[in-house]
Amino acid sequence: MITPKYVREIPQRYRLEAAKCKNCSYISFPPRLVCPKCKSRSFDTIRLSDEGKILTFTIIRVSSDIFSHQTPYGVAVIETSEGAKLMAMIADTKIEDIAIGKKVKLIFRKIRDEGVSGIHCYGYKAVVI
Amino acid sequence: MKDVAVIGIGMTKFGELWNKSIKDIFVEAALKAIDNAGVGHIDSMYVGAMSGGLFVGQEHIGAVMADYLGMNPVPATRVESACASGGTAFRQAYFEVASGSSEIVLAGGVEKMNDGVDVTAALATAADQEYEVYNGITFPGLYAMIANAYMHQYNATREQLAAVAVKNHHNGFNNPNAQFRSEITIEQVLNSTLVADPLRLLDCSPVTDGGAAVILCPLELAKQFTDSPVKVISTAQASDTISLYERESLTSLKAVSDAAVKAYKQANLKPEDIDLAEVHDCFTIAEIVASEELGFFDKGCGASAVEEGKTSIEEGTIPINTSGGLKSKGHPVGATGIAQVIEIYEQLTGQAGKRQVKDARIGLTQNMGGSGASCVINILEAL
Repeated sequence: MITPKYVREIPQRYRLEAAKCKNCSYISFPPRLVCPKCKSRSFDTIRLSDEGKILTFTIIRVSSDIFSHQTPYGVAVIETSEGAKLMAMIADTKIEDIAIGKKVKLIFRKIRDEGVSGIHCYGYKAVVI
Repeated sequence: MKDVAVIGIGMTKFGELWNKSIKDIFVEAALKAIDNAGVGHIDSMYVGAMSGGLFVGQEHIGAVMADYLGMNPVPATRVESACASGGTAFRQAYFEVASGSSEIVLAGGVEKMNDGVDVTAALATAADQEYEVYNGITFPGLYAMIANAYMHQYNATREQLAAVAVKNHHNGFNNPNAQFRSEITIEQVLNSTLVADPLRLLDCSPVTDGGAAVILCPLELAKQFTDSPVKVISTAQASDTISLYERESLTSLKAVSDAAVKAYKQANLKPEDIDLAEVHDCFTIAEIVASEELGFFDKGCGASAVEEGKTSIEEGTIPINTSGGLKSKGHPVGATGIAQVIEIYEQLTGQAGKRQVKDARIGLTQNMGGSGASCVINILEAL
């Protein structure tokens, strides 16, 4: 599946930028135009810290074709220290060390190569610390 | 709003239908439903289809199917809500009849998935492409994350998850239209290939070709066509976050409970009034969590309930997935919601053979899209 190319210009993928609601303080990642909690349309842009913990995870053994050379790999739901949540692939970690509650550090990595020309796509991954 | 009845049903066998096109599959199911209802014409039709474009390169599914069904120029509308497309098509057909704007309406669904595409990638389009799928997740992976969170929170066991697959294969053994008519054991589930930990191959619904269709009409006309119409007593739908990671609870499916509350209120029923249910068991954990959200069991008790036989045909207080469910009957995604209605219709009209639930009077279908971002519930009653 080809990711729309505009995502290469979206800062949250590279700088972990999120939107903090000015009304209810809920943090949306990625940023939204409407707060899902209180419907406010006013936000502050914040940069998430690179620290978080694993809320749940899986080990992907059968992937879509684009990731098949990377299996098996871990993917986890991460809660950052600000309380924002995101999904990230696990990097630089033994599979048996991935567990609910483990602390992680978010890092900048290449995620995948796309299309016939193999365009590099970057983003964040999580390392268990 | 008029009262609405289902007066006819039809479906293809579910499975790997290599010698049939998506048109052949839909038309076969639709003709069976039209003949079963004994209607000479239809006024309108709705077709649930998740992704004809990705699976076989065909969009404009409504018009394609009306044409090949020989129904031009009736209006034909394709309805998409990922794996809940079929149940949602049924709901739209219901409204067209209930509003009085049409009398005889066909609600169908179809998918042809076995034709060589990257099915894992095609199904993943039901999740958030940019923030979930981009990071390597798959559909089995999303439900595996729910399973890990559920097992962690409630101390549920792998064997309890496997019990869902064993029960549904047992039921599907007696369904002539099921893709897999074979009994399986707990050991077979636990020894099958890992797909996304902790889910294994036999925790997952299969890749399926298939079509299903039903005919709806105003209840006041139903007796003209059949001695055994089934009344639609409620239809409800709800939405939740597209991404699993943004949910407040990773062990809940809020769209299911939100739709259930509305559905029970409309029908003036409680969960204990339901005699049987077809629940969206795309993965074993999905049936467990959904059965809790539907109010059949307390939170955290759905897993042990399956193991204790509370959802079996033979001894269950609420038999679930008497058809074999998505797990054994198969899951041609756009057709699944309609096939659920067909099973309830057969049960409420006493046509379910060895799968028959005694004295079944009220049945519920729960059809879910993505990792639970959409859910549609329909409740039917025997007359």
